[in-house]
Amino acid sequence: MTVATDPDARFAEYAHPERLVSTEWLAANLGTPGLVVVESDEDVLLYETGHIEGAVKIDWHTDLNDPVERDYVDGEGFAKLLGSKGITRDTTVVIYGDKNNWWAAYALWVFTLFGHEDVRLLDGGRAKWEAEGRPYTTDPESAPTVDYPVVERNDAPIRAFKDDVVAHLGNPLIDVRSPEEYSGERTTAPAYPEESTLRAGHIPSAQNVPWAKAVAEDFGFKSLDELNAIYRDGAGLKDGDSVIAYCRIGERSSHTWFALTHLLGFEGVRNYDGSWTEWGSAVRVPIVKGAEPGAVPAH
Amino acid sequence: MSDDAQLPEALAQIRADFHELEVRERLQLLLEFANELPELPARYTEHPDLLERVVECQSPVFIFVEVDDHDVVHLFATAPKEAPTTRGFASILVQGLAGLTVQEVLDIPDDFPQDLGLTEAVSPLRVRGMTALLGRAKRQIREKTAA
Repeated sequence: MTVATDPDARFAEYAHPERLVSTEWLAANLGTPGLVVVESDEDVLLYETGHIEGAVKIDWHTDLNDPVERDYVDGEGFAKLLGSKGITRDTTVVIYGDKNNWWAAYALWVFTLFGHEDVRLLDGGRAKWEAEGRPYTTDPESAPTVDYPVVERNDAPIRAFKDDVVAHLGNPLIDVRSPEEYSGERTTAPAYPEESTLRAGHIPSAQNVPWAKAVAEDFGFKSLDELNAIYRDGAGLKDGDSVIAYCRIGERSSHTWFALTHLLGFEGVRNYDGSWTEWGSAVRVPIVKGAEPGAVPAH
Repeated sequence: MSDDAQLPEALAQIRADFHELEVRERLQLLLEFANELPELPARYTEHPDLLERVVECQSPVFIFVEVDDHDVVHLFATAPKEAPTTRGFASILVQGLAGLTVQEVLDIPDDFPQDLGLTEAVSPLRVRGMTALLGRAKRQIREKTAA
C-alpha cells in the first residue's frame, strides 16, 4: 500500500477497511504523491461538468470494454489506459462516481481482474461529496504518462461465466436487480433502456437483494450490523459459502460484490457480468418467474 | 449512410461541427449543447403531466412537441443536470429541429443520431437514447397531425 489507509473508525468494523476512504480523508489527501483519484460514471459527460480536483476519468463503455467482443480490455489495453492516467502498478487508486458508486465499483472490480493491489472506493461517491458541499473543478484532465506493466487478466477468482453459473447451481446466488426484473415483470431496470433480453425472470434459487439495500441514507455503505442483517439473516449467506452475484450487465452486482467481499469478508465471491442480458437470452438455461426464488432443477 | 440532401440545414451543420473535431473534443461540444438546453416554458413546468418520459434514456428525460398553425414543430425537453449526456442529446434536437415543418422533421433519417460522430466518444448504447428521443418526437408529431 503506497498511501496510508483511512483510519476512520466507521470503517474499522468491516473485513477490509483499507478498501474504503471517507470524503474527509480524500479531501485531506488530495495531491498526495502515489495517489490517483479516478472518476467513473454512468453518464460519460458528468466528469466534464465538474470533478474532484486532480481526478482522472475512466469510462466503462469507452475505456474498460473491448469495442468489438463482449469482454473487457486485455492486458495491453489496460496497461495503455492506466499509463495514460498517471497510474503505475504501485499507485493507490481511489475511485468514485455517480449513482452511489455503481460504475465506480464496476471499475474497481475490473481493476481487481488485473490484480491492481491498492484500489479503494470513496464511500458515498459523488452524492456524498456534493451533499457535503465539497468543491469540483472543470479543469481538463491532466496526468503524466507513466509505465503500467502488461498484466494478463485473471478472471477466474472473481468473475463467473454462464457455464460457471450452471455448475454453481445449488450454491448461493444473489440477484441484485429490482423486484420487477427479478419476478419477470420486466427485463430492464425501471427507467432503463431495453437491452433485448428474450426472457424475463431470474436464475433458479437466486435470492433477490437489490444492490441499493447496502447503501445508507448518507449515500455511504451501511454498517456491518445492517449488512449482516441483509445478506446473512435476509439472504441466508453463511461463512464459507461460494457466492455469485449478478444483475443485468454486471455493474450493479459489482457494487454487491464489493460489499460481500470487502465489507463482509466473504471469500471467492464472483460477479457474473454476463448477467441477465446473457442468461435471459441463452438457450435451455433454467429460469424461474415470480417473486419466489424457486428450486434448483434436477440435472 | 444518411443522405445530406435530406438533412435540414441546422442538423447538417451540427453534424459537420461534430465530425470536424477530434473524438475527445466532441464530448466538449456535446457538453456545450447540454448547457444550452433551454428551460421549459412555464406552461410545462406547471404541468409536468403534459410531458412524455423517454424511457429508453438512462436518465429521466421528458419531451413535449407542439405543432403551430404554420405547421412548424416546437420541441421542448427537460433532463436533470446530473445527466449531461442526455441533456446534450435533447439540446441537439431542440436546436436542430427549430423552425422545421412537420414534414421536414418526419423526413429526418431515423439513424441521424448514429451519424453524428458520437458513437465512439459516447458509446453506441448511449446514443440509442438519442435515437429514442427523435423517434418519440416524430411519433408525437404524427399523433398531433393525424386528426
